[in-house]
Amino acid sequence: MRYSGFKVLKEALTGHRGWQPAWRDPAPKSHYDIIVVGGGGHGLATAYYLAKVFSKSSVAVLEKGWIGGGNVGRNTTIIRSNYLLDGNEPFYEFSMKLWEGLEQDFNFNAMISQRGVLNLCHTDAQRDAFRRRGNAMRLNGVDAELLDTEGVRKMAPFLNFDSARFPIKGGLLQPRGGTVRHDAVAWGYARGADSRGVDIIQNCEVTGFRIENGKCLGVETTRGFVGAGKVGVAVAGSSGRVMAMAGINRLPIESHVLQAFVSEGLKPIIPGVITYGAGHFYVSQSDKGGLVFGGDIDGYNSYAQRGNLPVVEDVCEGGMSLMPMIGRARLLRMWGGIMDMSMDGSPIIDSTDVDGLYFNGGWCYGGFKATPASGWCFAHLLATDRPHETATAYRFDRFRKGLMIDEKGMGAQPNLH
Amino acid sequence: MIIPHPLLGPRDSQEFTYLGDANLIDRPDWQAEDAVDRFHDYLYLRDNPAGEHKELWFHEQGDRSWLVVTRNTLTHEIISAELARDVARTRGRSK
Repeated sequence: MRYSGFKVLKEALTGHRGWQPAWRDPAPKSHYDIIVVGGGGHGLATAYYLAKVFSKSSVAVLEKGWIGGGNVGRNTTIIRSNYLLDGNEPFYEFSMKLWEGLEQDFNFNAMISQRGVLNLCHTDAQRDAFRRRGNAMRLNGVDAELLDTEGVRKMAPFLNFDSARFPIKGGLLQPRGGTVRHDAVAWGYARGADSRGVDIIQNCEVTGFRIENGKCLGVETTRGFVGAGKVGVAVAGSSGRVMAMAGINRLPIESHVLQAFVSEGLKPIIPGVITYGAGHFYVSQSDKGGLVFGGDIDGYNSYAQRGNLPVVEDVCEGGMSLMPMIGRARLLRMWGGIMDMSMDGSPIIDSTDVDGLYFNGGWCYGGFKATPASGWCFAHLLATDRPHETATAYRFDRFRKGLMIDEKGMGAQPNLH
Repeated sequence: MIIPHPLLGPRDSQEFTYLGDANLIDRPDWQAEDAVDRFHDYLYLRDNPAGEHKELWFHEQGDRSWLVVTRNTLTHEIISAELARDVARTRGRSK
């Protein structure tokens, strides 16, 4: 079933009786060529591109709960490719290009809205750093614009420009950045994968890996053993727990909790995504009108999917300092998600020491924007056993070799990335 | 989270900064044959358990002591706190 304006009109006139489930609910088969563990954004995208780009017909996605119930439904929906380092920027730009064609590609309305991502700077040094980053982006063919105070004022006149402590000196704008309806990304990929023959198996928790002579033969699940030629694990947030079942007990990853917030619905006011350069606060406005905002991770290891009040206070203080107008808006909801915080703040898409077992994780708190490229690159690795050209740097051994991709220059302290 | 400081009693976790896994106390011997491997593991690999976790907290806004806090990463419940100095000494450090 293809979705179209005509289909919506037809269904509206015939009592909406012709809609069908967007994907099947198959029982697991005894064997697949490729199993993807984790039915989040990255896992579903991986399955989608395996089927579509790499023509794999025997693929399953195993999800312990329901698809899209984890971080793909918990993030703040921002897409951007404003990275500095060579290991990252081509990958995230690849992702951005995939976002730009995604809705037509999988025939699903993901409400992709390229309204711009604006990073504010408050000191001369910060502006210099942004100029450098903007130039690095442009060298990679990415759009970047350095705005002065007046340029920012034109876009967002409501900001607190005259703050004595943190005056707004300008900002780095990526006009092609923006937001996407995150649930629709999971559903679109699921529907696209399912229609190409991928089995999406929900409520099927992986409880172990069957590994013989150093080769992964399949996974034990709550719905029985499922054999596989190759297994790809895409469970960021729970990477440590899942990989431990395969005997890989120690990863260059800590799990941390990141909180996000949404206010009551307000009239349109925030033009795109705005990030505060002097505190932990970034904000966009959803199509329903709610201000969607967040800050930094809580900063201690956690698997709890909920954070603590000090960070709530810190984020709200940042918001009040940047745009005092939001002081009267009421907070509607807040929630937490578990992040794979890696040792250099960059992800890992790589094979493992176990033959036939592949890993995708360590997305820190930037996994959502990477969803399409992560899926494509992981599918590339699973299908061809070679890393995709934009993901060659995302290897496990980069720590041993001193090839870290440390965007923030924080070193091996995950809670600072 | 309230951290039961062994010297100062219950203190708000906001007064502390967090470093990470308490195994960071066990710095490898730089003269060992396999020092490169051991330092790689020490610096970059973590147990990252879901459940009880021993970790280093620094009482930056307080008496500036390092604590080893045992905390449950699934519930955020803090089970105990001891001075990192004492922990290091019982492991044979700084004798």
